[in-house]
Amino acid sequence: MKDTTKNTNKVLLSMEHLNFSFNIQRGVVKAVRDLSLTIREGETLTLVGESGCGKSVTAHAINQLNPMPPGEVVSGSINFKGRDLLTLPMHEIEALRGTQISMIFQEPMTALNPVFTIGSQIADVFMTHQKISKQEGLKRAVHLLDLVKIPSPETRVHSYPHQLSGGMRQRAMIAMALASPEPGLMIADEPTTALDVTIQAQILDLLNDLKSKVNMSILLITHDMGVVAEMADRVAVMYAGRKVEEADVFSIFEEPRHPYTLGLLNSLPSNQKYKGARRLEAIDGTVPDLLTIGEGCPFCNRCTFALPICSKEFPGETVITEEHSVWCHNHKAVEEIIAK
Amino acid sequence: MLKHILKRLGLLIPTLFGVVTLVFFMIALAPGDPARVMLGERANAAQIEQIRQELGLDKPLIQQYGLYLSRVVRLDLGESITSGQKIKDEISERFPATIELAIWAMLFASIVGIILGVTSARKRNSWVDYTTMGGALVGVSMPVFWLGLVLIMIFSVWLDLLPTGGRMNVRYYFEPITNFYIIDGMILWITEGTPKYLVSAFQHLILPTIALGTIPLAIIARTTRSSMLEVLQQDYIKTARSAGIRERRVVYRYALRNALLPVVTVIGLQFGLLLSGAILTETVFSWPGIGKWIYVAIGARDYPAVQGGIIFISTFFVLINLVVDILYSVINPRIRMQ
Repeated sequence: MKDTTKNTNKVLLSMEHLNFSFNIQRGVVKAVRDLSLTIREGETLTLVGESGCGKSVTAHAINQLNPMPPGEVVSGSINFKGRDLLTLPMHEIEALRGTQISMIFQEPMTALNPVFTIGSQIADVFMTHQKISKQEGLKRAVHLLDLVKIPSPETRVHSYPHQLSGGMRQRAMIAMALASPEPGLMIADEPTTALDVTIQAQILDLLNDLKSKVNMSILLITHDMGVVAEMADRVAVMYAGRKVEEADVFSIFEEPRHPYTLGLLNSLPSNQKYKGARRLEAIDGTVPDLLTIGEGCPFCNRCTFALPICSKEFPGETVITEEHSVWCHNHKAVEEIIAK
Repeated sequence: MLKHILKRLGLLIPTLFGVVTLVFFMIALAPGDPARVMLGERANAAQIEQIRQELGLDKPLIQQYGLYLSRVVRLDLGESITSGQKIKDEISERFPATIELAIWAMLFASIVGIILGVTSARKRNSWVDYTTMGGALVGVSMPVFWLGLVLIMIFSVWLDLLPTGGRMNVRYYFEPITNFYIIDGMILWITEGTPKYLVSAFQHLILPTIALGTIPLAIIARTTRSSMLEVLQQDYIKTARSAGIRERRVVYRYALRNALLPVVTVIGLQFGLLLSGAILTETVFSWPGIGKWIYVAIGARDYPAVQGGIIFISTFFVLINLVVDILYSVINPRIRMQ
């Protein structure tokens, strides 16, 4: 299993109190609120939460792929190797993208350009960042396709995306993200969601394998607790734009302190209590509208542990251990439930 | 690929059969009589009857149709009633003028239209976008003949910058070589050492090109914009950006290549329509092309000329569609494989 001694490693990226909003016609959508994250070198941080909770917006804030406008950084900073990404000019961001911060996406079916061969797409990344010929770029593309375990890479390099299966395309995507001369951060935005279960496992294995080979850190975005268990060193749980709990992967599964984390774990089909059961438990209610959301805890309308104060103000950080923090007024109650 | 092209060429035959049939009967249905037009108001019935016999117009319609069809199959389009020349020769003499104008108009429309469309899409909802799309709406609603006359009024009559019509300064002694005057102008520049022919040919092309190209330009700009807007939302654009590809390259290589698919179709269709639009433009600018020739032939009820001209243009239209299809598969590998 994972070793949790990595907290001595150097910090690669630290996001401090990021507030990110979208100004749309009907008002301001506060997609990410007061979010702080730290990613250390060689570490996998997973960002967990349901659709629309701001996971992707957070990830795209790092390499600035959010459309701006309507998107807007209201406040905060993102320090990457000693520089604040949010104050860098666009050409420096472009130079970082694909070299030190690369990204793979959820939909391998649509994330590759349908009118170019995968080889030329990978070669183009090389050629953007280094002075090399197309020939040399293609040669390196073959090497990368080999690295991500695509069979007969010399012929596959000339294939168009539609000639590859979903799993192959995702491997090609990963190869494209690896076209970097320097190890850095790979952002994986739900990399396995659109794939078959068997292919999922292969892709996750591949990512773990590559991580040790090229010494990169991974920011993995997912809503699948199974993927979290497989990949994560640390976990940040997000709900409606806020981080509600953060811990090492063992603590999250064994000693969750936030009612939402507890709810997520309770709705896992693999949970012990479902042996012989006929129905899965779900968290009651729906996610609040980010347009009209107030200052209280966003989860309070669905929370079985809610106190009167929950709807009025968002709780401060409660440090449980050095690696484990929770943002909940009533985390003691969750602790008692777990203890039973 | 070759098999596909041959198959498409084979499909030309039934299409052209339909065109020939349609054109023949539509003209037969039109009021007016070539014999009467030829002889004028005061001809008597016997004279008219004689001419009608000479032209074969006294025979039953279905028999005329059979005769015409059998000649067309032998690639014989007949002779013009008014000039007595072979239709084939008349067309081959005038067609280069039409094609030259059409190609320039289409180049103008495509290049400017695509650039405007891409710019509007990138700067969506900015003043650039609003101005371009507003202009495109005006452009697409503008009648060609009216636009032509306004251009002549402004640039030829008021400003005296450009000629009002024709293809070449009439004072220049000029023996056409290819009949494409821009090319001829270049050849003569080399052989005779003076660019005056090229300059004159170019000056004569400007106004008709703008008049003929404005509507396709507007349509191409609108199509490019909407296609680009859709493509720029696609995941693979985000992928390209996330890999650090420069924005300019993302737009003009990664996005435009995909966005061009519907645009190419529109360009092909517009090119075909241009040939019919050429009838008006050529008339306004006294452009000695096939459009103006058909226009005159219609007035004279010169049946063989009208039929021959329309059949020729139709064939050309179908061929352009074939070229578009081939281009399509070059741009889009997903089609190539099938």
